[in-house]
Amino acid sequence: MAILFKTTKQLESQIDEFLDAVGEGALVFRHGVGAYLEGDQKNFRQRIEMIAKLESKADNLRRTIENQLYTHTLIPEHRGDVLGLLESSDEVMDTMKETLFQFDVEMPDIPGNLIKYYEELTAMSVSAVEVLIYAIRAFFKDVSAVKNHLHKVMFYEKEADRIGDNLKREVFKMKIELAHKFHLRYFALHIQNVSDRAEDVSDRLSIYTIKRTI
Amino acid sequence: MLLIFLSSGLFLGWSLGANDAANVFGSAVATRMLRFKTAALTCGFFVIIGAVVSGAGTSQTLGVLGSVNALAGAFMVALAAAITVFWMTRLGIPVSTSQAIVGSIVGWNLYTGSPTDWGSLQKIVLTWIASPLLAAMVAMVLYSFYRLTIRHVKVHLLRIDQFLRIGLILAGAFGSYSLGANNIANVMGVFVPVTPFTDFELFGLITLTGVEQLFFIGGVAIAVGVYTYSRKVMETVGGSLLKLSPDAALIVVLAQALVLFVFASEELEQWLLSHGLPAFPLVPVSSSQAIIGGVIGIGLMKGARAIKFKVFGQIASGWITTPVIACIITFFSLFFLQNVFNQQVSKKMVYMIDETLIEYSRQTNCYDAGLDDMSDRSFYNITRFKEQLERRTSLAEQQIKTIIELARYEKFYIDPDLLNIRLKPEMFSVNQLNAIKRLEKITFHYRWQFLNALEHISPEWRLKPETQLNQEYNKTLRVKRNLILEIFKVDNS
Repeated sequence: MAILFKTTKQLESQIDEFLDAVGEGALVFRHGVGAYLEGDQKNFRQRIEMIAKLESKADNLRRTIENQLYTHTLIPEHRGDVLGLLESSDEVMDTMKETLFQFDVEMPDIPGNLIKYYEELTAMSVSAVEVLIYAIRAFFKDVSAVKNHLHKVMFYEKEADRIGDNLKREVFKMKIELAHKFHLRYFALHIQNVSDRAEDVSDRLSIYTIKRTI
Repeated sequence: MLLIFLSSGLFLGWSLGANDAANVFGSAVATRMLRFKTAALTCGFFVIIGAVVSGAGTSQTLGVLGSVNALAGAFMVALAAAITVFWMTRLGIPVSTSQAIVGSIVGWNLYTGSPTDWGSLQKIVLTWIASPLLAAMVAMVLYSFYRLTIRHVKVHLLRIDQFLRIGLILAGAFGSYSLGANNIANVMGVFVPVTPFTDFELFGLITLTGVEQLFFIGGVAIAVGVYTYSRKVMETVGGSLLKLSPDAALIVVLAQALVLFVFASEELEQWLLSHGLPAFPLVPVSSSQAIIGGVIGIGLMKGARAIKFKVFGQIASGWITTPVIACIITFFSLFFLQNVFNQQVSKKMVYMIDETLIEYSRQTNCYDAGLDDMSDRSFYNITRFKEQLERRTSLAEQQIKTIIELARYEKFYIDPDLLNIRLKPEMFSVNQLNAIKRLEKITFHYRWQFLNALEHISPEWRLKPETQLNQEYNKTLRVKRNLILEIFKVDNS
């Protein structure tokens, strides 16, 4: 019985730590993109290192949590849902890390007039992730509040889409080489991807929430 | 020979374990909140503890079975009940073991021509209706309350899981304890007067009496039944009828426990009455049926579509067929036992009216001039005796019943040797013991004669007026009076 108590407490804090890591990852992602756009290479490098660490921390935590849930046969009814939730949140984290790495590898040349678009797009995507984290925390502690957060995730994802569209229109209006245009569009898509992944998680979450409330 | 007879009791214990463990742990195992092995081990452990520690206190069912007065008959009654329960367990249908036993006893009554207590039969029918209905209602109330609480108190998903798990283990352990305590009499009760075991000291700390050892073996039989064969019924209770969620699993078990406690607990009634509070009506409740009622209650809360009514129909028809099948099996197998194996399945009762009885019938307002005509004649058949009483006297139905009870002709001899060997001083008060000692070497032919003599010497042998408050006192005293009768009865067959 004592083992059961200890495991539960440990797991609760591990789930919290995992969500903290994803939330922090989103902030680091935002600052990382910001640093790149401003041309602050030193800051950018630091952010890349930070997000890599956070991503591997989240990965480890997710594996431990999954192991614990199954070895102690905890929450048999919602075990699958919680796993799905953790894995898809981990994908959001992966997407953010990958995107920052791509900035580092491909070093896109971003014209000055487009910087504000990229900044806004990043802000929206990151907001979607942040609200998603609130929603997931609510799923564990206060199911009735999940809905309040989920509709905001949708909102930020739509905003990100809108800004992304505007950005692409601007890009293709410009008189630059087609390859350059593609490159710029490619990065808009990468950042948009983050909010898309967040939306995927929120779709799952809304189903799991219905399951928990009936 | 005794061991062969004992085996049917052990088989009944095994079947009971296989079927009734589902009542306490079925929902927990089916929702995967507890592993089957954990549940089975916990259940088995507490069943044994319950059987040994408080099994000796329950005499209710023992009383019902007491009417089966020959060992071979008792063997068949237990065996028929066991076969019926085993059959139902194979089909995965949760049934009530007590019902199977009552069915068997009715079969014995039919075969031996003994009168059946229609009151108990009515009670069973009432059980079919009352238990599931009450449990369903309690489960619905509990579930709504639980949902409301969870909505307002913000608890972590894992914390809820932990509370449910602890709740299920505690409720299950407690349920197993009561299962052992209440049902061991069904399993081993008939063998108590003939236990071959003597007192046994364990590590110089605890002394296990012969009866306790007998109950321990019975408890082990139940535990083995739980471990080896209870899984299927558990699945039916917690999965086939309605897919239960872990929280619903706990609600169902709690609803069952609450219904048993509130509507079947004499202790609670005593407590309420002694504090001047109105008591709940005592309704015969069976845990097997209460648990199904609880599941249905939850199903109704979730929208009745979730309930598999086909499975429910199977279970409910099982409740009706169980006593009937047990009755039929007993009837026919008694025939075989008596005619093929030449075993005595019932003891012949002798009824006789003599002068002392006629005198006593005047005191108890049962006198009729017709009794004088019947005096000093022996009757070897209760039905014939009753017919004669009806024809020759103008006594009312109830008075005839009393005369039949009084006219049972037996022999009680207060043997000084038995007094020292069989009488346990700790069970009786000093005055009670002295009263018995003063009757040394005296012979009685009627029960009431013996008891009246005891009452005359010591008021501590007298029953109190039948009020609800005195119920408990009288019940304990009746057990002691019956024990004394059993000890000093001389078998003249």
